[in-house]
Amino acid sequence: MSVSMTRRQALLMAGAAVAAAGLVDMRTSAFAANNIDELTKAFTGGAKPVAGKIKLDLPEIAENGNTVPMTVSVESPMTDSDYISDVIILSDGNPNAGIATFHFTPASGVAEANTRIRLAGTQHVVAIAKASDGKFYTASKEVKVTIGGCGG
Amino acid sequence: MATSPVKPRIKLDKKEAKKGDIIDVKALVSHVMETGLRKNADGQVIPRKILNKFTCTVNGKEVFSADFEPAVSANPYIQFKFRATESGPVVLTWIDDDGSKIVGEDSITVS
Repeated sequence: MSVSMTRRQALLMAGAAVAAAGLVDMRTSAFAANNIDELTKAFTGGAKPVAGKIKLDLPEIAENGNTVPMTVSVESPMTDSDYISDVIILSDGNPNAGIATFHFTPASGVAEANTRIRLAGTQHVVAIAKASDGKFYTASKEVKVTIGGCGG
Repeated sequence: MATSPVKPRIKLDKKEAKKGDIIDVKALVSHVMETGLRKNADGQVIPRKILNKFTCTVNGKEVFSADFEPAVSANPYIQFKFRATESGPVVLTWIDDDGSKIVGEDSITVS
């Protein structure tokens, strides 16, 4: 192989490497500007979350990105032996991908939480849940934001 | 650490429950939740100041907790549920970046 590589070749190779690593999922762009990939990996420890079990409730269109109501609920019996322990909420369009992490216990009874979040612009919100048996579940939803919520 | 004088608003959907009932908790607290990304008129970054941790204990046992990032809105609202097993105080605690705490309390009677 010649030492000098054209820009096109370099891009092709980079693209192939990313695809091979299986990073192209859930999002339209593999080149997310924020740290969503690192946070996902830190949360799952490299395990691949399966789609389903989570209901992520967000408005289709949020007029004000400063307060977007968000409800996440995960199907689970929430018994001592089978429960959802953690749910992380991530964004692919905010300056920082982390939004919130909820920690449930069997005493929670229902794995459901509601809060209001800031979204900087139109983007996907991703929820990943960790079950007590070590399985991971995921769901994502696109929210169109009319006015971003990052403040001037 | 210091306890802030801010009074959170807490609402339990029922104060008296049968064992095993699911109780819905809603709480709202006044806080700027400054992201640390905004700049003031002089172009200086306004330092981050958020409530980064929320915990709920019932009769001393933790039932739910959450970690907040700057992407949680100002005056954070939180709603969650817990399963009633025993009577006791329901204590909600928010921890600020500066280490101070906001504490709110309610109680539940389980028959």
